[in-house]
Amino acid sequence: MRRPELPLLAVTLTAVLALIVFAIANGLNPVLLTVSIMIAATPLMLAALGELVVEKSGVLNLGVEGMMIIGAIAGFAVAVETGSPMLGVVAAALAGAALALVFGVLTQMLLSNQVATGLALTLFGLGLAALIGQPYAGIKPPAFPRLDFFLSDIPVIGRVLFGHDLMLYLAFALLAAVWLFLSRTRAGLILRAVGESHDAAHALGYNVIGIRLAAIAFGGACAGLGGAALSLVRVPQWTEGMTAGAGWIALAIVVFATWKPGRVALGAYLFGGVTILQLNFQAARITPLWLLALALLLLAVNASVRRWQQGRPVAPVLGWWAATAATAALAVVWAPSIQSQYLSMTPYICTILVLVVMSGNRLRASLAAPASLGRVFHRTG
Amino acid sequence: MLMLEPRTAPPAALQAAVPVLAVALTMIAGGVLFAALGKNPVEAIRIIFVDPLLDPFSRSELLVKAAPLALIAVGLSFGFRAGVWNIGAEGQFVIGAIAGGAVGLAFWDVPGLWLLPLMALAGMLGGFLWAMIPALLKIRFGANEILVSLMLVYVAQLWLSALVSGPLRDPAGFNFPESRMFHDSATLPIILGGTRAHVGVLVALGIAVAAYVALHRHVFGYRVRLMGAAPRAARFAGVSTNVMIAACLGLSGALAGLAGMFEAAGPVGQLVPSLPVGYGFTAIIVAFLGRLDPLGIVLASLVMALTYIGGETAQFTLQIPAAAISVFQGMLLFFLLATEVLSRYRLRRIRRAA
Repeated sequence: MRRPELPLLAVTLTAVLALIVFAIANGLNPVLLTVSIMIAATPLMLAALGELVVEKSGVLNLGVEGMMIIGAIAGFAVAVETGSPMLGVVAAALAGAALALVFGVLTQMLLSNQVATGLALTLFGLGLAALIGQPYAGIKPPAFPRLDFFLSDIPVIGRVLFGHDLMLYLAFALLAAVWLFLSRTRAGLILRAVGESHDAAHALGYNVIGIRLAAIAFGGACAGLGGAALSLVRVPQWTEGMTAGAGWIALAIVVFATWKPGRVALGAYLFGGVTILQLNFQAARITPLWLLALALLLLAVNASVRRWQQGRPVAPVLGWWAATAATAALAVVWAPSIQSQYLSMTPYICTILVLVVMSGNRLRASLAAPASLGRVFHRTG
Repeated sequence: MLMLEPRTAPPAALQAAVPVLAVALTMIAGGVLFAALGKNPVEAIRIIFVDPLLDPFSRSELLVKAAPLALIAVGLSFGFRAGVWNIGAEGQFVIGAIAGGAVGLAFWDVPGLWLLPLMALAGMLGGFLWAMIPALLKIRFGANEILVSLMLVYVAQLWLSALVSGPLRDPAGFNFPESRMFHDSATLPIILGGTRAHVGVLVALGIAVAAYVALHRHVFGYRVRLMGAAPRAARFAGVSTNVMIAACLGLSGALAGLAGMFEAAGPVGQLVPSLPVGYGFTAIIVAFLGRLDPLGIVLASLVMALTYIGGETAQFTLQIPAAAISVFQGMLLFFLLATEVLSRYRLRRIRRAA
């Protein structure tokens, strides 16, 4: 492991530990809690991995929300009509890709503005999904098969690692495939070249528009799969507007991940964790003070490990630890009742915080983003 | 083989023709959609686009729907021209309604002509401050304003829901999550007797005219257009990107907040969780349909209001689902963006040498 990843690892471990403590303190099964976080993270991970490839090719598709919800209803409808969740998954990917190609034709061939077209995709997708979905409200989809085999019987680890639904493994297979493609194949190198400088790639004889259209279709298919993971596995039901911003959060995860596949997975799990935790907090009547304490704790761990790694004195960050302890103490003493709506805000507020933290270092942010991201390519000659 | 060649200056006639062409194409595609739903397409298009114009009450309802759309879209158009993408107008609309409504509820049974202007100011301030969150985070940390403003929509909606089931709940409302009905002095006066057309319609029209002047005759509008056309040139000319980001987001936030307060104190008359009905998002389509020009936006808001009113009629006469109308509106934006290529580029046939 490269050294700069050490603070990240420490923060992740602390978060996992805090999760287990929280679960045990509230009489929840930590294993089941972990499993539900994994299920919540899968749609985000699928959609964000697709968008990562699209953005690596230099295209900003803001229509993830629209493609996700089209995938959600297409997958749901086909699964209900045919009785086969697998056909549903295929339909979701195809529907997402088809909608993405509308975006592709508009932005790549008719040279329309990518931001506006992405928004149009979201508005259109939300409407179309609501239209298709009308007869499907309140129906239960056919059960999604779980890959249960002898390894699933191992206590704790068996349940966490094995015996999930196919979508979860698909997400990890996709993660490996995207990472391999982008960093280890010639085709991936060409895709990144197109994203860094479309003019240079064009001059070298690469078909910029064709490559981008392929990336856009792939991103749409992934978003569609994410939608199916939502409507067939996570919820599983169809309700209008059920993505509730998940597509936008997937876009934020790509920024959080600084366009690296591994970090996309981490980001998806963080957001999945926040979503599940706030749901459990609502049930366990835990106040936002605890969330604040947790955030302070993670910042304290990050700062301490970073300083220790750089060989600087750790004493100056004791303030972070003191603040953590004080907040936790206050949370124990003072527990006012809080309306559930305020807890429901946490995933959205976390997204904003993450964007602020990740964009704060402008130099790093501008180095990580593909240089041609969002720019119109007009072929001349 | 066909090639696209950039135009130096798009002809004015084409500028005006593009939205008309897009609406026509949307009608055709919408007709196909309605036919696919098993409805008579000609009848559906007639009910949506012609019938509301024949009935006097529908005509006044057109104004009620067009006013908030025009207000929000005029605000958004400045930012869209300058490349500042405020996608969270829906959230600023909600905060404007909360701020204006809270003032109205605070002075619940106090009569006075000063109350409505105070509520309008509060609504504008609320929307302005809500829009300042993405603006400041963009300026200070470079955080993407699209994602931040959009996330704040969800926060604003949840906050409205929390407030009307908490501090702002009607004390005599049997625990329903809604505020009291506003008192007469906190309700917008009606300008056409027997309708719901309120004074906000006139305000929206006035603001659109003022915005037209600001865009074409004031240095602020010039800077907005310069920044959109050539950001680097704008920087060299001394236009501060940060000031423009704050101004564009602040302006659109204030206008969306005003629209929210008008909606609460006008047709709705109280604060309810269902107050936001997507005007903030539809206004994005309106802004593009009006070609980001305030007077064009006024026309576009009427067209879009037509699809709302006609869509409602079509819902109960033809049983066309409500969602079909949002599909229709989404298609309109697609066709707009697709036909815009005609005004920015010219098609040229190129013969390849053999």
